[in-house]
Amino acid sequence: MTTALAEDDALWAAVADPTRRRVLDALLEHGEASTTTLAQGLPVTRQAVAKHLAVLNRVGLVTGRRRGREVRYAVRPERLDDAAEAMARVAAQWDRRLARIKRLAESAQADAGIDR
Amino acid sequence: MAADSVEREILIEASPQVVWGVITEPEQISRWFSDEADVEARAAADGTLTWRPGGRGGKKEVDAIVPIRVVEAEPFSRFSFRWNHPQGAEPDENNSALVEFTLIEEAGGTRLRVVESGIDAVTHDEEGKARYLEDHEGGWGKHLGELLEYVASKPPGTTR
Repeated sequence: MTTALAEDDALWAAVADPTRRRVLDALLEHGEASTTTLAQGLPVTRQAVAKHLAVLNRVGLVTGRRRGREVRYAVRPERLDDAAEAMARVAAQWDRRLARIKRLAESAQADAGIDR
Repeated sequence: MAADSVEREILIEASPQVVWGVITEPEQISRWFSDEADVEARAAADGTLTWRPGGRGGKKEVDAIVPIRVVEAEPFSRFSFRWNHPQGAEPDENNSALVEFTLIEEAGGTRLRVVESGIDAVTHDEEGKARYLEDHEGGWGKHLGELLEYVASKPPGTTR
């Protein structure tokens, strides 16, 4: 049996939080938005939105640029696609390899048992 | 763990000695990884993994030959290597991915854990990315919805 263990990964952690997923969704919808604009459409405070944006920014999923007095954020789709595609493929690939290793080792172990 | 790493594990009903043989012997590696393997389980050993057309790599028309450099080979407990660096280049964290196997003896068998990190190093260079993704079978899509579905499908309590 295989257990998913990528949970500590910063990227997974970043998108595993339901509020951050809503922030990402809102950003994808707006294209670009300030912390204040985002907070207006979400049931959380401006401070909370700022913290979530900082986490997303740290893992490279969003980028911010200064527009006058405020910072406008946008999703970095290439990073999202790259990350999602590469990670999911690599994870699925290792699951298949581990399953093959298990079959080979268990059959070798059984053969060794008979020889003894 | 770095942002660009994956960790997987499996419980195997076999001794660490048997599992070690499967993950390090070339004739065994070719039964679960590449179609051919030329590698020695010794620290600093350089080798190659080869995927043949029509083999596990899929529909490619030419052989895909991927360099591999063993980092650690501690019998029955740890085996790690770097791979996917450009042919002839010295592998480091900027041009290759690191794969680390850990074998833990448990009642009834061995827990085998694998961590692959530095995927960004391989996938951000366009040529490397194309080769890397092409070399790998797998039907995962590339959109947010699927990524989130994948995260949500993990067993309860393992996310975050």
